[in-house]
Amino acid sequence: MSTDLTRLDVSGLRAALADGSTSAVEVAQAHLDAIAATDGALNSYLHVDGETALATAADVDRRRAAGEELGPLAGVPVALKDVVVTEGVPTTSGSKILEGWRPPYDATVAARLKAAGTVLLGKTNMDEFAMGSSTENSAYGPTRNPWDHDRIPGGSSGGSSAAVAGFLAPWSIGTDTGGSIRQPAAVTGLVGHKPTYGSVSRYGLIAFSSSLDQAGPMTRTVADAALMHEVIGGHDPRDSTSIDAPAAPFVEAARQGATGDLSGVTVGVVRELGGEGHTEGYEPGVLAAFEAGVQQLRALGAEVREVSCPSFDLALAAYYLIAPSEASSNLSRFDGVRYGLRVGDDGSHDLDEVMGLTRAQGFGPEVKRRIILGTYALSAGYYDAYYGQAQKVRTLIGGDFASAFADVDVLVSPTSPIVAFPIGQRVDDPLAMYAADLCTLPASLAGLPAISVPCGLSEGLPVGLQVMAPAMADDRCYRVAAALEAAQDAARGGTFLDQLAARS
Amino acid sequence: MSTDSSSLSRDDVAHLAQLSRLAVSDEELDLYASQLGVVLGAVARVQDAPTADVAPTTHAVPLTNVHRPDVVAPSLSREQALSGAPAAEDDRFRVPRILQEEA
Repeated sequence: MSTDLTRLDVSGLRAALADGSTSAVEVAQAHLDAIAATDGALNSYLHVDGETALATAADVDRRRAAGEELGPLAGVPVALKDVVVTEGVPTTSGSKILEGWRPPYDATVAARLKAAGTVLLGKTNMDEFAMGSSTENSAYGPTRNPWDHDRIPGGSSGGSSAAVAGFLAPWSIGTDTGGSIRQPAAVTGLVGHKPTYGSVSRYGLIAFSSSLDQAGPMTRTVADAALMHEVIGGHDPRDSTSIDAPAAPFVEAARQGATGDLSGVTVGVVRELGGEGHTEGYEPGVLAAFEAGVQQLRALGAEVREVSCPSFDLALAAYYLIAPSEASSNLSRFDGVRYGLRVGDDGSHDLDEVMGLTRAQGFGPEVKRRIILGTYALSAGYYDAYYGQAQKVRTLIGGDFASAFADVDVLVSPTSPIVAFPIGQRVDDPLAMYAADLCTLPASLAGLPAISVPCGLSEGLPVGLQVMAPAMADDRCYRVAAALEAAQDAARGGTFLDQLAARS
Repeated sequence: MSTDSSSLSRDDVAHLAQLSRLAVSDEELDLYASQLGVVLGAVARVQDAPTADVAPTTHAVPLTNVHRPDVVAPSLSREQALSGAPAAEDDRFRVPRILQEEA
């Protein structure tokens, strides 16, 4: 029986491509066939270009046969969240206002993956302009969770999570502003890492909240996430917030972690994120799976202690002021002049009216709500009480992290207080939707690296454990996550996603 | 705007929508006023924080004076820059009139 190429992780694919047991065309075709067969139900992709993917793959195979030097990821397929600008490939950010737009340039993340030899399968679905935690805010319909088609795949990178968990891409790029890589990874059983702010270039990511946005890997293994981070990361002069300093080797950190020895590592469990007195809104099954994960870290030799970060209780309030404020400014670029939709340009309306009509028709309800909220928080007379105060809370949160990291190497929490919820359950209640980001917001506001790694099931649905580290210490996230992953795989006798594969 | 710091009236929302260049329907005004009132009540918690001597954080990674060499580099051609425009004319973006006609 031949191997199902869509079930291989990237390490497996690279080995099979290198030893000639498969070709880049066969790998691309296997994924395109899987997309054709099952994405009608999942809706994880907004755009798939099979012809170009196969041509790119054929070129890789030809160059390999000719003995030419190839990029480190030659022939490995990849899916990109549709917030990543791609030259000549439709890019919508999940919005009707950009329907049909074909950008004239590549984001740095896209360009680096292209240069490494990857084969772009397509662009994945997302909450409009990355505003959401369920992918229900996409203008192109919701994406479904491969574990249960009646449930959400998380968001905003829900197309990316569903595609990778659903075996329609071996890995993908997500972006994370308040948790949009980690939460969808957690609820679909993937690994998702939000890098240190500034570690991965933002050039060519359609901006939501510029002081928070960061792109990162969504993968089936910690090792794959570390590999992708090394390929997309590093200084980029096109992003003025890009950090110009060498990073610790992530792949090596993951390899070290997978040996299963965490002795000498001190782990802090954050009381405010699901600990004693802070369990409201957390599902018991999530807390039980998280606790089991912490026990495993202890069994691997880590010293575990509880840590208190009192300001984290205010992270949600601060985030939902800062992000909408920055969004209200960023989204002013969608004015119907340079790209995208234009409505009402019939000679009877002036420019102001055309902008208002264009934005009214082009944006969905959540985007409008956040623009209005952000405009309010930034307006004269309210600025100090809302936006200014939120920025001070951001300082307090950074201070709590600094105090905690004086005593511990990493902090851990559940990634999401809840498992994937049913589609439609929270769509009319913005606050209930925002609560899905409770655990991921502190690291976002402080610009710190944080990874989500599967730690068990609750009611048959995946639960993620989050590992947070100091700025530029992403290697600690990879080491601790890889140790937990290896221990769980060994105990289970297979990978986390084998449990999903076994159901279908 | 309304004096209660954690509620938004229908008129407030209409004014903010105008500032944001969003044409909104009557139904949207009602819906957003009620939804945003709830959200505002929740985010107003930041005002309870002990921030007397706390400086604001605008950016997680403070950087100052980020320079690059002042050299000519390739950029988009005029054709590429205009390729996504809803309307272009004479190698420029075409926009509707920006001033109301005088009677």
